[in-house]
Amino acid sequence: MSVTNWSAPCPPLIVFRDVRAIDPHRGIDASVDVVIEDGVISRIDAQAASESMLAAEGAHVVNGEGKWLVPGFVDLRAHLREPGKEYKEDIASGLRAAAAGGYAHICAMPDTDPVNDRRNVTESIVARARSVGGPTLHPIGAITLGRHGEELTEMADLRDAGVVGVSDGNRSVRSSAVMRRALEYARNFDLPVMHHAEDHTLTAGAQMHEGAMSTVLGLRGAPRVAEDIIVARDLMLTEATGARYHLAHVSTEGAVRLLRDAKARGISVTAEVTAHHLMLTHDSLADYDTAYKFVPPLREQRDVEAVRSALADGTIDAIVSDHAPQSSIEKDCEFQAASPGAIGLELVVPVLLRLVDDGSLPLARFIGALTRGPAGVIGLDTPTLETGRGAELCLIDPEMEHTIDRSTLASKCHNSPFVGKSYRGGVVMTMARGRIVYARDAGSEDA
Amino acid sequence: MRISSRRHLIQMEGASREEIVRLLDTAETFFEVSRRAVKKVPSLRGKTIINMFFEASTRTRTSFELAGKRLSADIVNFSGKTSSTSKGETLRDTIKTMEAMHPDVIVIRHGAAGAPQHATKHTGAAVINAGDGMHEHPTQALLDAFTIRQRKAKIEGLRVAICGDIAHSRVARSNVHLLTTMGASVAVAGPRTLLPAEIERLGVEVHDRIEPAIEGADVVMMLRIQRERLGGSLVPSDREYARKFGLNPERLARANSDALVLHPGPINRGVEIDPELADGVSSGILAQVEAGVAVRMAALWLLATASDGGPISAKDAVTA
Repeated sequence: MSVTNWSAPCPPLIVFRDVRAIDPHRGIDASVDVVIEDGVISRIDAQAASESMLAAEGAHVVNGEGKWLVPGFVDLRAHLREPGKEYKEDIASGLRAAAAGGYAHICAMPDTDPVNDRRNVTESIVARARSVGGPTLHPIGAITLGRHGEELTEMADLRDAGVVGVSDGNRSVRSSAVMRRALEYARNFDLPVMHHAEDHTLTAGAQMHEGAMSTVLGLRGAPRVAEDIIVARDLMLTEATGARYHLAHVSTEGAVRLLRDAKARGISVTAEVTAHHLMLTHDSLADYDTAYKFVPPLREQRDVEAVRSALADGTIDAIVSDHAPQSSIEKDCEFQAASPGAIGLELVVPVLLRLVDDGSLPLARFIGALTRGPAGVIGLDTPTLETGRGAELCLIDPEMEHTIDRSTLASKCHNSPFVGKSYRGGVVMTMARGRIVYARDAGSEDA
Repeated sequence: MRISSRRHLIQMEGASREEIVRLLDTAETFFEVSRRAVKKVPSLRGKTIINMFFEASTRTRTSFELAGKRLSADIVNFSGKTSSTSKGETLRDTIKTMEAMHPDVIVIRHGAAGAPQHATKHTGAAVINAGDGMHEHPTQALLDAFTIRQRKAKIEGLRVAICGDIAHSRVARSNVHLLTTMGASVAVAGPRTLLPAEIERLGVEVHDRIEPAIEGADVVMMLRIQRERLGGSLVPSDREYARKFGLNPERLARANSDALVLHPGPINRGVEIDPELADGVSSGILAQVEAGVAVRMAALWLLATASDGGPISAKDAVTA
């Protein structure tokens, strides 16, 4: 496996031969050749690759052989830890992890230290990402100063500096009055409010989902209703203000129901879900394994079923990595002392392909929820397979049997219940901004 | 729980009836040692036990210490507050440091649920949970079972009422697991603010008044109401709690006439239990304390000798 050198020159001619191109945005699902010239998609056609092209000096030819070529992915929720906690992750390692996961664009959460709540922080993040190269980083600004839920940030200024949405990370804005003003002001500058829904008064000291499992383990639980109450409030405020509201990492059956109703009534709401909320329940916590500690917490089977069906039917728009690197300091400790979260950028595709395989998630929805869905939330021109567009794409080998070993991860941390397990299917190559940013394949001549 | 074939004693959840009976039988053999003039047997001579108490405790720590000493083990106390943990050392590092001194058994009390389980990952010693957060307190449940068996000659078929702050009680959880495994029928009761979510899924009756739980009970176990929870949003006042949820002679009259009253202590007299009842004939409270030493001797002995290929029998262990 290798993340390519992002400052080395990229081959001027790249040819994907006989690949299954899938792009639900353009209604494509066909076996074709895809030609990239100077970083731009020049042809998508059966037999588009001529003999002279394949023989051309410096041509980089990738044999499709049953692989899928899809638009590059967009992630709405990654905690990259820079500035402030670079021992867990930094912008460079985070972007390498993103490249290895098939992402052409990722959004960086503002819960850094200092918080990304003012222009100079945004600018430094953007400058750092530019100097690193690779996938494009889109900063998310804070809703409130210091994420304290009191004073609004200078959203116009943040937007001018490159912010594409506002969020207080894993904190909810407690005050309904502040939330109302945040929605109004964000609407003014066409920024989505990407909100974590949690009534913190109902979750004081909570370590996991409240239910039979928290009772057995003697850990304080976060009841479902703590999420649902804030979702209900936020949807009412969204309707009243006409803002763009995006519900972060939805985890409960009740929140899904509220979301579905709101969408049916035409409220401008979008939502996202994580791989762990799609795959795991609170039963995983039986041994106090801190790898399974999340915010919002892993819930029950009926919640898993609710988010799965909402993702399949489009009620949930996006799959997010919620990439949250934590070192052994934060994880190898008593459960209540452990920090929540797991790395995700390199795991989303292998982990969730199982849902595609078993038929519970249509392939087009899977791809859509990693591309057009999230792109729409932040107003990004969605990556798509179209001639004339800069190459942003991801090559997936759906048959590849592999084990995700901690030593092969680009992220600085390995905290995830999905690490160390075996999967069928994974990302073998990623292009972002017209360049190869990741190539797993040892067989093809790399740049 | 890990008593014999397993290496640690962490929880009563998942413990088998055989394991529980084996420990109680072993405790019975050790029981009379504490009543001898010379209260010492050489069973654990040369073994090292570290008592690690990260949370304040008088009775449990003393009980473990006496148990270890009466078995001739070298037992040292480590108190979390006076140790390096207050200087920011992690539990992992503290355990590893202790591990480097080759203890045979580590007894751990900690405010965080799951801490003893975490400790097992960083030590080769046997770990005994002496109470972890709101999770479990297995030796308390075992000494309660010992006392019940002493007074009632059996556990199976008895009706046991556990009343009070169920939500925050590790004693309640360990007792529910042990008693249901042993075939008792268990009713828990308390104000709804102190009942944990979905407790009925542990196979117990659940009541929001103590009267129906006590009705026809053979054993009434009162839990300590933690005063810091009073006057908050969980229970409005001492006075109202005592009036509606305290055990008094009237309420106890609903139980079987020979009902045994238990309390893990320390008691708030006049709050969860009437002062007269705590000292009355039906009270097994001091018997519980006595049983505690025997049960902890049994636990220490079974775990400390497990790695030596197992003890011969407890009978041989008590003859000096």
